[in-house]
Amino acid sequence: MSAVEGDGSTGVPATLSARQLARRRRRESFLRSWRIFRRNRSGMLGLVILAVFAFIALAAPLLASSQGLEVTQATGGVLEPPSSQYWLGTDDQGRSVLTLLIWGARISLFVGLAATVISMVIGTLIGLISGFSGGWAGAVLFRLTEWFLVIPFLPLAIVLATVLGRSLFNIVLVIGVTSWPGTALLIRSQTLSIKERAYIERARVLGAGRWHQMSRHVLPNVMPMVFANTTLTVAIAILAETTLSFLGLGDPTRVSWGSMLDDAFQVGAITTGAWWFIVPPGVCVVLVVLAFTLIGQALEEVLNPRLKGR
Amino acid sequence: MSDLLRMRDVSLTYRSEGGDVPAVRNVDLDLDRGEIVGIAGESGCGKSTLASTILRLQPPTARVTGEVLFEGQDVLTMSWGHLRALRWAGASMVFQGALHSLNPVQRVGDQIAEPIHLHDPETSDKQAHLRVGELLEQVGLPAARARAYPHQLSGGQKQRIMIAMALACRPRLIVADEPTTALDVMVQAQVLHVLSGLVHELGVGMLMISHDLSVLADLCDRIVVMYGGRVVEQGPSKLVFGEALHPYAEALSAAFPRVGDPAARYAPSGLPGDPPDPAALPPGCSFAPRCPRVIDDCTRAVPELRSFGGDRQASCIRVGQP
Amino acid sequence: MTLATNPSVAEAAEEVETSRRHRSYGRYVLGKVLGSLASLAFVLVVNFFLFRVLPGDPARNLSRGRFVSKGQLAAFNKTYGLDQSVPQQFLTYLNNTLHGDLGISIKYRVPVSQLILDRLWPTLLLVGTSTILAAIIGVWLGIRGAWKRGGAFDKASTGTSLTLYSMPEWWLGLLLIAVFAVGWGPIPGIFPTGGLHSVDAQPGTLSGVLDTAWHLTLPVITLTLAYLADYSLIMRSSLLDELGEDYLTTARAKGLRDIVVRNRHAVPNALLPTTTVIALSIGFVVSGAITIETVFSIPGLGLLGVDALETPDFWVLQGTFMVASAGVIAANLVANLLYGLLDPRVRT
Repeated sequence: MSAVEGDGSTGVPATLSARQLARRRRRESFLRSWRIFRRNRSGMLGLVILAVFAFIALAAPLLASSQGLEVTQATGGVLEPPSSQYWLGTDDQGRSVLTLLIWGARISLFVGLAATVISMVIGTLIGLISGFSGGWAGAVLFRLTEWFLVIPFLPLAIVLATVLGRSLFNIVLVIGVTSWPGTALLIRSQTLSIKERAYIERARVLGAGRWHQMSRHVLPNVMPMVFANTTLTVAIAILAETTLSFLGLGDPTRVSWGSMLDDAFQVGAITTGAWWFIVPPGVCVVLVVLAFTLIGQALEEVLNPRLKGR
Repeated sequence: MSDLLRMRDVSLTYRSEGGDVPAVRNVDLDLDRGEIVGIAGESGCGKSTLASTILRLQPPTARVTGEVLFEGQDVLTMSWGHLRALRWAGASMVFQGALHSLNPVQRVGDQIAEPIHLHDPETSDKQAHLRVGELLEQVGLPAARARAYPHQLSGGQKQRIMIAMALACRPRLIVADEPTTALDVMVQAQVLHVLSGLVHELGVGMLMISHDLSVLADLCDRIVVMYGGRVVEQGPSKLVFGEALHPYAEALSAAFPRVGDPAARYAPSGLPGDPPDPAALPPGCSFAPRCPRVIDDCTRAVPELRSFGGDRQASCIRVGQP
Repeated sequence: MTLATNPSVAEAAEEVETSRRHRSYGRYVLGKVLGSLASLAFVLVVNFFLFRVLPGDPARNLSRGRFVSKGQLAAFNKTYGLDQSVPQQFLTYLNNTLHGDLGISIKYRVPVSQLILDRLWPTLLLVGTSTILAAIIGVWLGIRGAWKRGGAFDKASTGTSLTLYSMPEWWLGLLLIAVFAVGWGPIPGIFPTGGLHSVDAQPGTLSGVLDTAWHLTLPVITLTLAYLADYSLIMRSSLLDELGEDYLTTARAKGLRDIVVRNRHAVPNALLPTTTVIALSIGFVVSGAITIETVFSIPGLGLLGVDALETPDFWVLQGTFMVASAGVIAANLVANLLYGLLDPRVRT
């Protein structure tokens, strides 16, 4: 944390200890929040589910060989039902559905997280600036946010994905640049309320620059809300990735849960009754999205006690 | 017994995760027809909580013991149907913070008419409309104001609406819970004037709750001072205000807060510290930690409410001592 | 009994104040309409840039290299006005769009506006029915859950809603098709797997209407469940917000039954934000229909857009995108005006 180093070299002990104090207070408030969070049963359930999937994604090479993804290396028959060799059966190319599922977790989580990072950066920046600077620039940014809010998300994402071409990077980009307005509005309203508080006034009287006020006072205070909002955005981003891949706009060279479902739909797995190709990827999506949603809600409750008991 | 309201040994305990929290402890209180009684004390001393039991409006997590007799019938044990008939028609309330106590999306006239229709289903719309106009004029507002929404009214106007609403069913008792707290000084005086005038004119009994002892001294026949959920002193208002027996009542009246000074509500001058947390009451007399006259005996036992003649009572072992 | 201080002056001032506040509803409406027009202008601009400027060489990119020879390319560019300068193109585009000319479909060789009009009603039927059903059931679930918060019903309905919320709605559609259209175990597949009517159906007759209703049953159930999750969660949380309010204590103190306190005071207030959300979601008609129409092969706007991806038929893509955005803006406006009508506080 840069707050401790900063310009501590001026050697004023009082300032330094004040900063250490601030740091310790932040640590304590984090621990307090964690204690509240731990009592939230649905939040903890979400955390456990997420931990399981994070483990699967990270340990994918250990759990299943990546050769199982190659169509040419496929050993099973077409749409074989679950057996002792293929626990979740095979797909239309004879690949193990379980292997696809394990590797698909990587793509889904990666796209979800990476798109969220983009969305958060854009949303936080625009929200902060439009809330903090007021005046002309603030008004323009606010209008821009509202405009982006009315553009229907899925059609825009589809159009962008079509125009930009089909790759993993583009999918991340498309989801990232279409899902920031909600965050921006949230950050803006938080910034506006924090701006009114006394300590910003004090910082202004003491002659602190705008950037200083923003980075030292506003940002640390909006960060918790950003954090809670992030988890909810990941859920939406993962759903968006699944839907775009299902519509055939995903990266054709990679397997994700969405592209598996696209394959299943295209080869008529529904009419042939190959449930093992349809049910498991969907269940994985539901579980991961639910996990992020539960965690996000629990975080909001921790940060905003008024919501308690929802 | 001509008592309008008779509370006997009323205690209210909130049950929470961290254990039981006694908000009101063993309170006795009497109020006759047409009498005005004030309850004084700082925020958090149990005044409003006590008042909520009169119409059994306490939250479901609270446990109430004792007796709350309204015209001889126990409110705490009567059937729900009986209780609903009593609410507003027998006793009505003027809540604190009229800003939030009115439904924001209904016209105030409709809100005043609602209990009229409820308690007298025979009333025609026209009759109710006329009655609403009459009530509004009684509190000094034009009858046309019935069509306004709460947000179109000023704080003082809203509080008058609340008073008009409280009078709607011609109750025998009005419980006014900090009716003027959110208002500025001039408006506060006007609203109190309207309220006390109507109460005297109509012969209604009133229980008025305020942190402001000087307001109560002006309006009330008797004053009850509460601290830490208990009654610490009661008696004729001039005496309680002028020559208090209990050190807390003395501090409150000595503070003589300027009317409407919000700071005075939380810290009467000359009295350092905060009222006790009901979840962690000090042993013995709750006021002991802040009391200027404290002695060792104060923390040994909860002091009894003792009579001092002339309808005066106080719960302090130091009264009468040098 | 009147007031001590001179009430007439203060009241006169109040009257002026009040009438000024009433007049401002007109200004509120005007503001919202202007805001919507600005949004519409923004969408027009975005639409232009998205399809003509962003791809670099539109003809090559958007046709995915199907025009090999220079002559073909030039012809393509000329047909679609792509040989003009960008500002010139923009003016042409504006002029055409404002006259309802959205270009000609590359695949179907008919005007895009005609295509969109033809495909509009299945989408409206599907999304409209689902929205109405979801609103009724969702609001009811939300009210019951919030009123008995923490009870068995609340826990079950919140859990179900959260799960449905976490589910891609088209996946739910796939499951419903697998179980109720194809058949699964003892459950016979009685519903059609897709389409809007049977081959031999006679449109316009009662049997034709029933046939369409039969075809729409599964897709409507799917979308209803998807929307329901949203609506019930919002209704629940806005009612919980209201339940803490003081005016409900006032209502109870008046002697009203709990059920009356709930239905006359708490619910109407809690419905305000929910109404807005529902009105807004109607705007996302096309978005909502895209995946469901794909899964159930219903020939609506959504499927039109998805099919256009394959060709790619980019005037169609642009047209559906425009309609989708305009729908959101219109719904936004309706939601705001509705809110202004329902909530007296907003008008001032």
